Amino acid sequence: MLAVLGVVALLVAVTVGSVSMTFSELWMAVSGRGDPLFRELVFSLRLPRALAAFATGGLLALAGALMQVLLRNPLADPYVLGISGGAAVGALASMLLGLGTAMVSGSAFAGALLSTLLVFGLAQGRGSWTPTRLLLTGVVIAAGWGAVITFMLSLSPADRLPGMLYWLMGDLSYARSPWLAWLVLVPVLIVTLPLGRSLNVLARGPLQAAALGVAVKPLAWLVYGLASLLTAVAVTTAGSVGFVGLIVPHMLRLVLGNDQRIILPASVMAGGALLTIADTLARTLMAPEQLPVGVITALLGVPTFLFLLYRSR
Amino acid sequence: MAILEASNLVVDIPGRSAGDPFSARILPGQRWGVLGPNGAGKSTLLHTLAGLRPPRSGQVLLDGDCLTQLRRRQLAQKLAVVFQERQDSFPATVRETVLIGRHPFLSPWQQETANDLRLANQAMDALSLSLLADRLVSTLSGGERQRVAIATALTQQPAIWLADEPTNHLDLHHQVAVMELLHRQAEQGAAVFMCLHDLNLAARWCDHLLLLYPDGELCFGPAETMLVPEALERLYDQKLSVGQINGVPVFVPG
Repeated sequence: MLAVLGVVALLVAVTVGSVSMTFSELWMAVSGRGDPLFRELVFSLRLPRALAAFATGGLLALAGALMQVLLRNPLADPYVLGISGGAAVGALASMLLGLGTAMVSGSAFAGALLSTLLVFGLAQGRGSWTPTRLLLTGVVIAAGWGAVITFMLSLSPADRLPGMLYWLMGDLSYARSPWLAWLVLVPVLIVTLPLGRSLNVLARGPLQAAALGVAVKPLAWLVYGLASLLTAVAVTTAGSVGFVGLIVPHMLRLVLGNDQRIILPASVMAGGALLTIADTLARTLMAPEQLPVGVITALLGVPTFLFLLYRSR
Repeated sequence: MAILEASNLVVDIPGRSAGDPFSARILPGQRWGVLGPNGAGKSTLLHTLAGLRPPRSGQVLLDGDCLTQLRRRQLAQKLAVVFQERQDSFPATVRETVLIGRHPFLSPWQQETANDLRLANQAMDALSLSLLADRLVSTLSGGERQRVAIATALTQQPAIWLADEPTNHLDLHHQVAVMELLHRQAEQGAAVFMCLHDLNLAARWCDHLLLLYPDGELCFGPAETMLVPEALERLYDQKLSVGQINGVPVFVPG
């Protein structure tokens, strides 16, 4: 059902916009007939952007679901360990220097990676692995990045500020090519699927998991690495889009229960669909103005989540 | 059938000088009880025997192989641990929780089979949890959660049970039911090693006792040789009165 929702979201995203088209016109354009303008519109503008939105949403929701299990903390999201902060510092630095889009993406990715390695190195410490230690390290590093971001914003010239703020709020208009996101999303999902039951066990605490035959430390670091990679790619594609990674896994848990074997793939579908719809709304609601997509995800997600929470046991 | 062996084992308790080394073989059919005051290191010993904590010195062997050389999965196929504390940060039903006892036997891509479900149902029956099967564990009482933990270990079908106060939070009826269950497991060839606080349960259900003193001193042997009132009074620093009911010693403080 979620897969159908995903496909519908993609179709709607491709047809709606400043020039609307019907599904039959879309079909003509895809099958190689019809107005060349529509073809151009679909294949070089709307489809890449819709695919990027879907992949970013999927990346974030999957990363969020993994982080929540890893840290055994329902408030964890992909950004809680400072990955988005590192990426933001990288991206803002290259914007400050006036570098091009490719450099912004590149340095965002480098910043995310640097932050991941920093947290990884500092959280090792002596003694046994604990989620609390990782969480505290990540939160403190994130706070540090936050200070650097504010510092950079206060230094930057006024004409560059809107672009920077949009990046921080999450903005898919930077997303030129969705392929990196898909190239990471699909293999990582395939890798995490067989981990599902081990993650169910890990959610019961490291000692219990070890007693049930899970090699806790390698699994924990693998999950941390994968979640970091997903987040880094998502942030590189679309800036730090909030909310999807925190709320989508929780919505699904309220509806589907807490079996990671179901939650992980479902998160990809639901996160992708949510962000695709949100991005479609973001570029059509106040067209030709574009809203930051993070605003829409929150506006859509908050009531939905509250409704599900209210209805649940 | 499996044999757990401690060889010159000294557990690692930070800030405490090394105690007596523990060397013993826990054989199939035996029921060991560990007695000692709070903080004597009962749980630490149990976790060390389960390979969850490195010892300060010495080693633990399972069927002759040092635990550090075994994969956790191989270990979990033979040895189950019932913890004193449990974390349920995410909601899960009783059935799901009991079923994860099958985890060590399933490959990553494999789904639980009908046989796994049958084992989980039997374990829930054995601990009178069947009516609670679809309830969330977080909504259960402390004693019910304790039974869920034991049912999870039972689903694991271990050759060796390491149980940290398996009767914690249980009412009298369920205390006896759990002890009888562990007794039956031992009769069927399992080895049971448990930390206990209740001297009377230990006297009635254990055939071997290990006394752990706070300074790391320890002594162990067949239960009847260990249930010496003077030794137990020194162990708990508490005067005891001793009676006899049906040939089993009964200890009352005071």
